[in-house]
Amino acid sequence: MGNWVVNHWFSVLFLVAWLGLNVFLFVHAFLSFEKATKYYYTRQILGSALAWARASARCLNFNRMLILLPMCRNLLSFLRGTCSFYRSTLRKQLDHNLAFHKLVGYMICLHTAIHIIAHLFNLERYSRSRQATDGSLASILSNLPHQENYSWLNPIQSPNTTVVYVTFTSIAGLTGVIITVALVLMVTSAMEFIRRSYFEVFWYTHHIFIIYFIGLGIHGLGGIVWGQTEESMAENHPHKCAEFFDKWDDPASYCKPPQFEGLPAESWKWILAPGILYIFERILRFYRSQQKVVITKVVMHPSKVLELQMHKHGFSMEVGQYIFVNCPSISSLERHPFTLTSAPEEDFSIHIRAVGDWTENLIRTFEQQYSPVPRIQVDGPFGTVSEDVFQYEVAVLVGAGIGVTPFASILKSIWYKFQHTDHNLKTQKIYFYWICREMGAFAWFNDLLASLEQEMEELGKVGFLNYRLFLTGWDSNFAGHAALNFDKANDILTGLKQKTFFGRPMWDNEFSTIATAHPKLAVGVFLCGPQTLAKSLSKCCHQYSSLDPRKVQFYFNKENF
Amino acid sequence: MGQIEWAMWANEQALASGLILITGGIVATAGQFTQWYLGAYSIAAGVLVCLLEYPRGKRSKGSTMERCGQKYLTRVVKLFGPLTRNYYIRAFLHLGLAVPAGFLLATILGTACLAIASGIYLLAAIRGEQWSPIEPKPKERPQIGGTIKQPPSNPPPRPPAEARKKPSEEAAGVPTGGPQENPMPVNDEVV
Repeated sequence: MGNWVVNHWFSVLFLVAWLGLNVFLFVHAFLSFEKATKYYYTRQILGSALAWARASARCLNFNRMLILLPMCRNLLSFLRGTCSFYRSTLRKQLDHNLAFHKLVGYMICLHTAIHIIAHLFNLERYSRSRQATDGSLASILSNLPHQENYSWLNPIQSPNTTVVYVTFTSIAGLTGVIITVALVLMVTSAMEFIRRSYFEVFWYTHHIFIIYFIGLGIHGLGGIVWGQTEESMAENHPHKCAEFFDKWDDPASYCKPPQFEGLPAESWKWILAPGILYIFERILRFYRSQQKVVITKVVMHPSKVLELQMHKHGFSMEVGQYIFVNCPSISSLERHPFTLTSAPEEDFSIHIRAVGDWTENLIRTFEQQYSPVPRIQVDGPFGTVSEDVFQYEVAVLVGAGIGVTPFASILKSIWYKFQHTDHNLKTQKIYFYWICREMGAFAWFNDLLASLEQEMEELGKVGFLNYRLFLTGWDSNFAGHAALNFDKANDILTGLKQKTFFGRPMWDNEFSTIATAHPKLAVGVFLCGPQTLAKSLSKCCHQYSSLDPRKVQFYFNKENF
Repeated sequence: MGQIEWAMWANEQALASGLILITGGIVATAGQFTQWYLGAYSIAAGVLVCLLEYPRGKRSKGSTMERCGQKYLTRVVKLFGPLTRNYYIRAFLHLGLAVPAGFLLATILGTACLAIASGIYLLAAIRGEQWSPIEPKPKERPQIGGTIKQPPSNPPPRPPAEARKKPSEEAAGVPTGGPQENPMPVNDEVV
């Protein structure tokens, strides 16, 4: 528990602040509409449903202001760069942008539900009091004539109008229905299952948010929330005049009929700044993607992995960053993220595996050797936690399958740094675990590991890089061959000095070995892989970090797309 | 967008619409709105839609994640055979269920969402998709003694099966179980 707090204190603080602001805004708006004299007469008809609707609307505005901000990748990259003097836990928070975006999205859904239910009650009560003939204050208020502009309260003009008609003929009602349908579509297409399996459906449907925000800006223009005007309150103060409502028409009484005005639209004030920021973000992305990208080398690896080496003027990267790739000849609108597998010292490259429509089309296009090489547009690079690897004296890198790509970049960078004897490397030791299901996927990484092995031997720093390869998709044939060739110096599968292990790593053993080997250091654990692995690794990190901050501490960092 | 299975998205959308119908119906009934009986209808329709849509169908490509506890409903939905397998029927069923709820404001959102789900199901049906249940794979009982065809003829250390195959092919008529014949040099290694 103590370790969890140390690793997550900033997230907890941030979430508590966000929830606290939500609660504060809700309660503040609720009380102001429930208690204000201005809305006394309105409350006579609507009851507390008015306050519920306005309070949830306030929270909705607040959350809509926030929801675009985590999606401004370039802004976040800029912030990461300027925060270099902060501890790594603070910088990590900027990587939880997707998680925060989803959380704010769910809060918007919750408040939308409250808002709609409250308005359903509002409309129903307006309708009932319009039809009521019992002479109560509510019905008198409802029957205030519509001849002059500000003398009426109930928007339902005649007893025969249905609420459905009122909804669809008012700006607020119509836009409200449209944007709620848009919200539902966005949420259903963003469900994890759909997003992972059919990314295009999610990507295209989610752009309905444009309709959502435009509709939102228009939503309040009707000024449908009526409150009493200031001048009218001087002539007809509710506390004094409400009881004598049957005398309002009497010219002799000192209570004149009340006058009302609508609340002006305020949503646009909340979403204007984030909206402009986001537009800038998209323009910047477009501009960066328009710069010419030259493909210098194309390599087809086994297991349907395509390597593209490219060059772009003015492009500079750090280890473990990712880029968005767009190929107009396959799909003009789709952009997909790929981690850079090259070191900053060389031309940038990516490895693409065939997992869906777009990637398979891309690989097929590049396989045709006689047609011209398709044009590629690149946006980025964007930062991830892998940049932090060199800040730790000991780093544990775990990559599952294609998730090894950010670490390919790191290892290559190490090779270059050694070649140029860069003594600024803080890292003293690296433990690299690569977990893979099938053998063919080893091939493209083989050369790198082989040359690193040689490099270490030549420089006499054999202990710097410890790597373990785990083959999880093994059967008795593999095991048989391995047993047969047990005494050979190199591994038969990979040709490397380190033997391939079969099955999954036993993390408890690994972590306790590392903890005993480095009792006083901060160890960074970096993972690019599935959620289950993240859970077991983060559990081990908590378990093996000692409570004393001076002794060994494991910090868990996960990369996710 | 060649390989999208629209039915998967339609399923999510329909499930969400069912929940919205139920919520709108509860609000209308509890608040005793005008025409609240339409609210009661919408609760029933929403429950029916949710029960029908809860078991996720199997994807034609790749593995499908089941929803929690869906196997009980899968059995029930499977019973209806072609009525639930065919997406044309589902599309029209949803459209039909949605229409009465459109007359009450509280449930009109559910109508709109369910109508969209119905449209996506129609698209799925036109593309020939079908609902197939996710069945649990029958557990393969390890057959005791099933893989042991012939007890080993050599004492250990024994090389693996492939290396053993060679001598038995070459010396087809020689009875195995004779004098020790190791196909590879065996050293007394202490590891």
